[in-house]
Parts: sequence; C-alpha cells; structure tokens
Amino acid sequence: MATDAERVRAQGAESFSDRWTRLKYDHNWLGFWFMLPAAAFLLLFLTYPLGLGIWLSVTDTRIGREGGFIGLENFEWLNQDPVFWLSVFNTFLYTTVASVIKFGLGLYLAILLNSHMPWKAIIRAVVLLPFIVPTVLSAIAFWWIYDTQFSIISWTLIEMGWIDENINFLGEPNNARASVIAANIWRGIPFVAITLLAGLQTIPQSLYEAATIDGASRWQMFKHVTYPMLTPIIAVVMTFSVLFTFTDFQLIYAMTRGGPANATHLMATLSYQRAIMGGNLGEGAAISTAMIPFLLAAILFSWFGLQRRKWQQGESDD
Amino acid sequence: MTDHIIGGVSRRSVLKGSTALAAGVALGGAGSLADLTRAWAADSPFQPEKGAKLRMLRWNRFVETEDIQFDKNMAAFTEATGIQVRLDKEFLDDIQPKAAVAANVGAGPDIIWGPMAIPHLIPDKLLDVTDVADYLGGKYGGWYESPAAYGIRDGRWMALPLCVSGNYINYRISAVQKAGFEKFPTTTADLMKLTKALKANGSPAGMALGRATGDGNAWCHWVVWAHGGKLVDKDGNVTINSPETAASLEYVKELYENWIPGTASWNDSNNNKAFLSGDVSYTNNGISIYAAAVRQKMDIAADIDHAFYPIGPVGKPTELQLPFMIEAFKYSKYPNACKLLMAFLMEGPQYDAWLEQSVGYFTQTLKDFEKNKVWTEDPKRAVFKEACTRTLDMGYAGSLGYAAAGALADFVIVDMVSQAATGQTSVKEAMETAQKRAERYYRV
Repeated sequence: MATDAERVRAQGAESFSDRWTRLKYDHNWLGFWFMLPAAAFLLLFLTYPLGLGIWLSVTDTRIGREGGFIGLENFEWLNQDPVFWLSVFNTFLYTTVASVIKFGLGLYLAILLNSHMPWKAIIRAVVLLPFIVPTVLSAIAFWWIYDTQFSIISWTLIEMGWIDENINFLGEPNNARASVIAANIWRGIPFVAITLLAGLQTIPQSLYEAATIDGASRWQMFKHVTYPMLTPIIAVVMTFSVLFTFTDFQLIYAMTRGGPANATHLMATLSYQRAIMGGNLGEGAAISTAMIPFLLAAILFSWFGLQRRKWQQGESDD
Repeated sequence: MTDHIIGGVSRRSVLKGSTALAAGVALGGAGSLADLTRAWAADSPFQPEKGAKLRMLRWNRFVETEDIQFDKNMAAFTEATGIQVRLDKEFLDDIQPKAAVAANVGAGPDIIWGPMAIPHLIPDKLLDVTDVADYLGGKYGGWYESPAAYGIRDGRWMALPLCVSGNYINYRISAVQKAGFEKFPTTTADLMKLTKALKANGSPAGMALGRATGDGNAWCHWVVWAHGGKLVDKDGNVTINSPETAASLEYVKELYENWIPGTASWNDSNNNKAFLSGDVSYTNNGISIYAAAVRQKMDIAADIDHAFYPIGPVGKPTELQLPFMIEAFKYSKYPNACKLLMAFLMEGPQYDAWLEQSVGYFTQTLKDFEKNKVWTEDPKRAVFKEACTRTLDMGYAGSLGYAAAGALADFVIVDMVSQAATGQTSVKEAMETAQKRAERYYRV
C-alpha cells in the first residue's frame, strides 16, 4: 500500500508530465514553438548586431583594442565635426532628390508598361536590367562615363559643338553630387517601376469600366482609381526605396569614395572610413547609430502617412 | 598606380643581363631555388613547428612579373620546407579591413602582406619578430630608418617592411624642354614656373587630388612638409593650423589653377590614364605608368622620365614613400613557421629575383639589395632606388602610432589640400578643419 508521501510524489510526476504534454499540444504553446526559430534568427542576426553597434557607439573601441564606456562623447564630438554634418546634409540631399525622382519616373514607367504595347514582356525584362547589374559594375561604368578626361558625355557634347571643354563631373562638389544622384536614380528606377507595375495589375478592370461609364477623364481615373488603389504598394516601395538610398554605400565608394573633399560623403561611407579604415570603431558606430532615428522617421512617415486607410482595415473608405 | 603591368621585363632581357643564379631563380629554376632553400632552412635560426601549415594574405599585384616571381618563391619555400602555404590575393584596399577583422576576432590568415598602416593599428595582436628583423638586418647591411619605423613599436619589431613602393614625378621630357627646362625642376619655385609654362603651351600637368590613397597622400604630404607645415610636432601636439601650412596651401591653389581641370576627382588610376593618353605632361606616380608604356611598346615610353619631388623652402627632401609591411598574428599556431617564411622572402637570391621582376615598382628596405641590377639596367628607374633614403614617415614630425595611421586613413591632409585648392573653403577654414580632425586622432 502506498504511503501518503508516495501518492503525493506520484501526483507530482503526473502533473509534470501533464504539463509537458500540454506544452507540446496546446495550440497557444504550439504557436510559441513555431515562432522560436524565427525569433532566434531575428535575435541573433538583427537585434544582436544592432545592439552591439549601439553599444560600440558609446565606447572608444578601436580596431584590435577593447574600448571603455565613454557615454555620449562620440556624439558630442560628431556634433562639432563639420565633416559629419556635411555627410548628414549630403545623405538627406541624396535621399530626397533621388527618391522623389525615382518615384516620379518609376510611376510613369509603370503606367506606360501597364498599357498595351508590342513586345511588352521583353520591354519589361529590359527595364529590370539596371537592377540586375551588380552595383559595383554599374558604378565603375558610371565612373568612366563621368571621367574628367574621357567622359563620353563630354566627348559627345564637344563633338556636337555644344560645349568647349570637358565637364568636370566628379571634381566639382555640386556636379559630383548631381552625378552620383543620377547614377543612383538609374539603378533604383527598375525596383520602383516593376513593383508599382505589379500593384497596377492588381487593380480590378471593373473599376476603370465603371469610371468610364461615369464619364471620367484619364486624369480623373488616375486620381480617383489608380492612385488610391496603389497607395499601399507605394508606401511599401517608397519605404524600401528611401531605406536603400539612405544607406547607400557601394555606388559612392566605387565612384568617389566621398570626394572631392567630402562633397559626396554619405553617413554610411563616412562611418566605414572612420571605423574600418581609420580604426576608430566607436566613432564609426556612432555615425551608424545616428542614422537610426532618421530611418525610423522615414518608416513611420510612410507607414502612418500613406498606409492607414480605413478600407485596408475592413472599413469603408469615405 | 593601379595599372597592371604584364611582362615589364622580357625573359630575354633577364637572361642577358643577369647572373646565372638570379636568372635561374627568375626563370623558374624551381629545382635550384628549392635546393638552396632546403640548405638554407636547415641552418636557419627559425625552425618550424612539426606539421606547420600557413595561410597568407597578400594584396593583388599591380605588376604581373612581380606576382609570378613571388609565387615561384613561395613554391620553392613549400618544396624545401614541406610547409604548405595557402596564399590568398585580394584588392589592396581590402587588405586593411580584413586585417582589422582578423585582429578583432583572433582568427584568419597567419601572415598578411599589405599597406603600411596595419601594424600600428593593431600592434598588440602581432607576433614579435624582433629576432627576424635583427637577423636580416645583420646579414644585409641594416634596415633603412624610415621603413623600419613602420615596423617598430616600443622597441620591438611587430612587422617587417618587405618593400617600399616609390612614388615620384613622372614627366614628359619633350614637354618640359619645350617649356624651357633642361631637366625637371628641383625647387618648388621652379616647379611653379614650369607648371605655368606647361599650361601656356597647352600641355598642362595634374596630380590626383581625390581619394587617391597612394598618389594623393604622397604629393599632398610632400607639398605641406616642403613648406614647413606639419600635422604634429615631435611631441604629438597638432600643429597643422600654421603659417607654414597656409603658405603650402596658397602654393597648391596656384598650382591647381594651372593644372588640367578635374584633378579634384582623380583617384589612383586617373593620372595613369591621363598621362598615358598624353593629356598631362607631369604627374606623380609609381613606376607603373612607364612600365606599362614599355610593355605595350608605346612611343611615349621614350619620352617619359622620372624625377625627385622638388625641394621646398625647408631646403631638404620631404617625400612620403609608403612601405608595404609583412606581419604575422600572435594567434597563429605556427609562429616559427611564420618567422621562417618572413625571413625567407627577404633573403638572398629569391629577394633579388623578386626585386628584379618588380621592375622598379618596389624598392628594397635592406641596404645590401641596392646593388640589385634593376637600378642600373634602365637609368629611368634610378630615382626609385632612393625611395627609402629621402622619405619622412607618415607620422612626421611626431611618432608613428594609432593616431598617425588613423589621420592618414581619414584623408585629413588630402582633404585639407583639396578644400583649399578647389576653393571649396578658404585656406584658413581648411586648416581649422584639419586641425580639429587631427586633434581627434591625437587625443589618444
């Protein structure tokens, strides 16, 4: 006969295995288990590096040497550093101008591609080309196009008699800024155009038919049918486009390395120069960290500014 | 600087002028070199660990013949010692970040051969090679002072300067003569006169003022130092904001106005292209422009010559020649094998053969190798022989260290010169910015 103590122990064992069974089969817990790999992945590859970057930005770590906590000194220093503020200005200019033009031209291209035309499939494939070419390759191509001595643009214009001497594309600050922005636009348009094209194709044809019956002009159709139906896609595309442009590195690094005299330095390239080449990991990390608030603002703006439509949440859009 | 030179020295020319031994080595008489190496390794003070295997990272060649000879030397080393060496070659600008990562994580290649700044950025992570340096220095007439300084910290050797890549004036003989100069000017005052005359003749000059790690740093430091400007004094106080620096910047402004337009965007390869296409009549560069012209049998080769940087008001040479350092990491499991390989690369016939095959692009750092015939078989290479004797080091007038390496990598001097020359800021503002940026590095 079992003693009380043994019964209690048996009950304890039962309840432990019960609990384990519940953990294994309970639907809510099952969800947790399925999420675990994804969560681990995010923690390991996103949260940890981000956290480490932020930690480094408040230390004086150098390459090959552990650093100590120094509070906000890196940021205070950057605040007084004209090169840092120049790179902030450049980054904003680069992102704003390139994103606006990419959006405008991309949307225009998407609408063109959405209409009926011969060899539609081939043309759509061709539009993707700039996106497919590796960034560094296209940057080197642009570097030649913008060469001060051998630029094909200068050569053509001289041959046509429009200008007398080579254009100083990358040697004069404002020319250099315009040149790298143009290269970025060339690379970025396909992404915007093709994604918006996909969005355009999800708009039901019946809406256009109804609008036609109501006597809407093409502009009215765009304004009242196409644009509202496209806003969720625009929000996503432009968020990504702004993020990619803001954090651009390869194009600048391959073409100008931030020159002439820092006129095309973006925050990303300056961060690399200070952290990896200059060995000042703490300061480089501080520059990267300083990008975070701007990136967050861009995301929040497009999310709340463009995407919160009532109909998207199942309500009527009035 | 980034031109690839293929076959700068033909096989025939090597055979003609070379000693039998060096020729045998250069022509891949792997047997003979391996035999020599076997005997050498047996007597070497550095006896490798049993079963040693090494990984080495070097920068990718700019001169193909150099690369081929380097591979031959490595093959002979492996054949004679049985030590397998995995040799990776990567773009020059990628070596420093890779070294940084290797140092930080404590894993990666055992040995790196790359740019000069690496040892002083990661001194604590590098294997002490004082014994190798003493051994080589004793055997080959000693080290030149300047390249040695890049390898020494607190009295110990943490890296060896394998060679220096000389950077000098490359000019067109005919253009300079047409401008009224028999030889290339030797003073900064005459250089200005020449520059103006060249512009007037429609054959302007130009030096790289963009992010040119090699060429830009070389001439910008020269011009500031030539006028007495210094980033720091000998105690490490930042002194760049000075009347001497201002004089140098005013000088550059005037030069820049008389140069070909667009130099502010030039990187290390723009000046090579512009020079070879006949667009500029002098620039600063390694010997690679001339070597490329010789290899491609271009007519321009006969019209090219090289000159020292002109002397400025300070009255002495103020060049900045950049060494390429070879270093081993403390984390290597085979430190003795590392030392053996480092010593091997800088010894006797193999170093001579390698120097010869680099056709003047590299200059020796051990004094005895200045007898190498690479310096006599073509008189146009002669100035490059002096690269180690006329140079100051990148930390001048202070000491080498984190700060000097960081300031150089951050283009503090190049940016200052570029800002002032292009008129992007006033001379005063350019100096103030440089002063501030340098103070940040020298705070350490």
